[in-house]
Amino acid sequence: MKALPHPLAPDLRLLTLRDLMWLTGSLAIIIAPHALRAPWWLTLLTLCLYGWRFSCTLSRSPLPARWLTLGVAFVAMLGVWVEYRTLFGRQPGVLLLMLFSGLKLLESRTHRDGTVAAFLGYCLIITNFLYTQSIPTALTMCVGVFALTATLVSFSAPSRPVRSNLRTAGLLLAHAAPAALALFVLFPRVHGPLWGLPQDAYAGMTGLSDTMSPGNLSQLALSDAIAFRAAFEADPPPQPLRYWRGPVLWDFDGRTWSTESVYPIRFEPPANPQGVFRYSVVLEPHNHGWLFALETAISLPSAARMSFDGQVLANAPVRSRLRYDLTSALAPGPARDESRAQLARALRLPPGYNRRAIALAQDWRAAGGSDADVLARGLDFLRKGRFSYTLEPPVLGADSVDEFLFETKAGFCEHFASAFTVLMRAAGIPARVVTGYQGGDLNPVDQIITVRQSDAHAWTEVFLPGRGWVRVDPTAAAMPQRVSAGLARALPQGEGLPFMLRADMAWLRTVRYRWEALAHKWNVWVLGYGPERQRDLMLSLGMRDADWQKLTALLFTFLGLMTIALLVWSLRRLARPDPVQKAWHAFCAKLAARGVARAPSEGPRDYSARAARALPASRRAILRIGALYIRLRYGNGVSAPGAARLRRLVRELRLA
Amino acid sequence: MIGALLERNPRFANWLYGFTPPEHGTVVLVHRRVYIVPTQLGTLYALTLLILLIGSINYALSLGFALTFLLAGMGLAGMVHTARNLARMGVSVGRAEPVFAGETAQFRLFLEARGAFDRPAILVRHVRSRAQMVVDVPPQGVAEVVLGVPAPGRGWLPLGRVMLETRFPLGIFRAWSYVEPDARCLVYPRPERSHLPPPCAESAKGALRSPTPGNDDYAGLRAYQFSDSPRHVAWKAVARNEDMLTKQFTGEAAAELWLDWALLPGHLNVEQRLSRLTGWVLDAERAGMHYGLRLPGVEIAPGRGEAQSGACLQALALHGRT
Repeated sequence: MKALPHPLAPDLRLLTLRDLMWLTGSLAIIIAPHALRAPWWLTLLTLCLYGWRFSCTLSRSPLPARWLTLGVAFVAMLGVWVEYRTLFGRQPGVLLLMLFSGLKLLESRTHRDGTVAAFLGYCLIITNFLYTQSIPTALTMCVGVFALTATLVSFSAPSRPVRSNLRTAGLLLAHAAPAALALFVLFPRVHGPLWGLPQDAYAGMTGLSDTMSPGNLSQLALSDAIAFRAAFEADPPPQPLRYWRGPVLWDFDGRTWSTESVYPIRFEPPANPQGVFRYSVVLEPHNHGWLFALETAISLPSAARMSFDGQVLANAPVRSRLRYDLTSALAPGPARDESRAQLARALRLPPGYNRRAIALAQDWRAAGGSDADVLARGLDFLRKGRFSYTLEPPVLGADSVDEFLFETKAGFCEHFASAFTVLMRAAGIPARVVTGYQGGDLNPVDQIITVRQSDAHAWTEVFLPGRGWVRVDPTAAAMPQRVSAGLARALPQGEGLPFMLRADMAWLRTVRYRWEALAHKWNVWVLGYGPERQRDLMLSLGMRDADWQKLTALLFTFLGLMTIALLVWSLRRLARPDPVQKAWHAFCAKLAARGVARAPSEGPRDYSARAARALPASRRAILRIGALYIRLRYGNGVSAPGAARLRRLVRELRLA
Repeated sequence: MIGALLERNPRFANWLYGFTPPEHGTVVLVHRRVYIVPTQLGTLYALTLLILLIGSINYALSLGFALTFLLAGMGLAGMVHTARNLARMGVSVGRAEPVFAGETAQFRLFLEARGAFDRPAILVRHVRSRAQMVVDVPPQGVAEVVLGVPAPGRGWLPLGRVMLETRFPLGIFRAWSYVEPDARCLVYPRPERSHLPPPCAESAKGALRSPTPGNDDYAGLRAYQFSDSPRHVAWKAVARNEDMLTKQFTGEAAAELWLDWALLPGHLNVEQRLSRLTGWVLDAERAGMHYGLRLPGVEIAPGRGEAQSGACLQALALHGRT
């Protein structure tokens, strides 16, 4: 027996112009974000491949030969290699996938090929999430998923009107939603990655670095990217006290501050802290080991340690959004002593640099008094020195501190912190630079503090005998409004601030606050849903030690129930008898109870006439029901009011 | 292999398919009778989901998980939708017009969709002959399917097993069901072209009303009868707004032809005899003669028109068949 062409087999049905439009349109939505990131020639090439495929269908010409397609693929891969010097990184890999969508389309002849291209489209959707998982991206990709699904539906029902296919696609996705939600919540989550990721997997994350040199914080301050968000259990501390402590820098080479090694110590919570705040932080990935804590942390997150200089360190570089809980105290209680070696390190200065600054500091020391007096002289010098605060500091030469203090007198917080630390060290007071963030924006909608890269800050800590390490903010001394009112107020008018930071336009701020509150919820509940959140949620639902077996069992139970519910839904609508028929049966049953049963061969007209004769008291009602039934059943289709009237008449029929 | 096994064990096949053929009246495809498996593309879909899942785990992509799970849920919903596309479909058969052996019997099937949704892209395939057609059934409506089944030999041709299949809406599942409705088509013997026998001596026994056997001699008009051939209608008279009249030819009344099995040459076998007689019935009818048919055990009195030819052809088709 010879196998005949199977009209439903997708490898025999050719792609029509309509199919092609759906497929290309969906793919275009999906690759649009990539196209903006890709080199222009690759975007252009991909679009040309789409257009080429279209022209083949429009001009009814055959698809290009295989060697031609392979040639295009080879040339494009060569181009990607020239651009990135590799084919296996994240960016080149994603771009090649985008290109392959065009190549696949170009060799797609049948519905089978088209379906494979659509599946490739689903894979392309997920590659967008490698770059951003924001709400707008999610919405755009929802449109992409819907369009691709409608494409698949139109492949399997080529002669159906577009509207019906769109409705079916919507229905499918709506039916998929409960299962998707159950899978999302219950699918046992594990910590990735399963294997090594490409070198550039974490490229492009912004944030503080482990060194500080003039200019790099002011660069960072131009970014309004979010560093982290903090939610306090009670009222948050006021803005001038919100110092978020990050990397501590000890070593100065005349220009750049850095630190050689950070080692953890055994953490002992202080005995009697005052001014305690409990809060949780959702930290954006920055690819470094440190976490940010309000000064001073008195408890640690579960997977973190404390370094010898008071940094909170995660166990691994933060490469995905991380949520942690902390307690901090504004007055942590009695200070610890510092080792001699560390104090000596905190006095070290590179020889031969910044002679004027060193001479000045030595003058202060020579004037006598305690360390506190010297410190006060230093702050006084900054306060009265007519320094200006700017995002565009002048370029500094080799003696960066001297040039800043005595010549340019304009700088950003890293200039102040660096110069002041050098001054203190020269005056014999152990000092170190601390970088982190200062302030943060309190969102009145959800009371969450958003800290941006533009809040990046640097300050000094000095060691005073008997008091331990004390924070001194030289920027605050020179520019008090930086700390009390934020960066926007401290800068002179006209300096290019990030759009989101501008103080004017109140309505814009309101919109922004609402949007950020939403984005925070999204980050915490959708994007931040991982193994820990899953465990917490299960615990709050009363499920102790939810291991993967229990979750899987629960998941399959739910999926099974859902499938059964769907099946019942699809069958119930079919099994439900026609309302007219149902009313008629009720009518027949009522008459049968009075001894007038319908004979199997008796039609409605004869039966109602016979019943009317047998029960003359209800003659009119019986005949009306019979006539209405005949009209509804054999007339021009069932109308809802007609059916309702029949039901009412039958219900109200009282047989004497 | 499984097909051959089912062929040999019809009772096993009946148990497996959930019905005993032939089925009378409207057959409703209840869930017990609808089978569903993933297609090749369904396997590819599952593979895509696996890739998406691994990617999501590896890069800890929350939205990747969301997409993967949404697509997994859609696969599940797609399965239910595919099964629903056939669920409780009513299948009934219409009358199949008789055909001659060697022609194609046109079986009519009616697919009746219950429920307020349409059932697109349903393949109806005749299993034996692989005749097939794809239809869309409107909501609460009926779609007609015509299956052209080759009719190789005379007699009753039963429809046999018919498969209904659908891959709607995603193409990743294939649902199908078998029905074997009680439908048959009468197949007449293959007509053999040969000259009509002369109205031979045998017919002399009947009353010969005219000695002249000529067919073309115009003899006058008479009132039109329903069985008259349109070629003999006096169209000019009709055009003059008169009643329908039929032209009468002398030869017509004269020829009362017996088509007799016994008069055929002895070297012909049964089927050849039936073929020749079939050809004669057709020729005699076309010529507008009065003719009768004699088969062993069957005699059909002379007559004319569709009813006469139908009766004769049916007798020929079923000769020797019970």
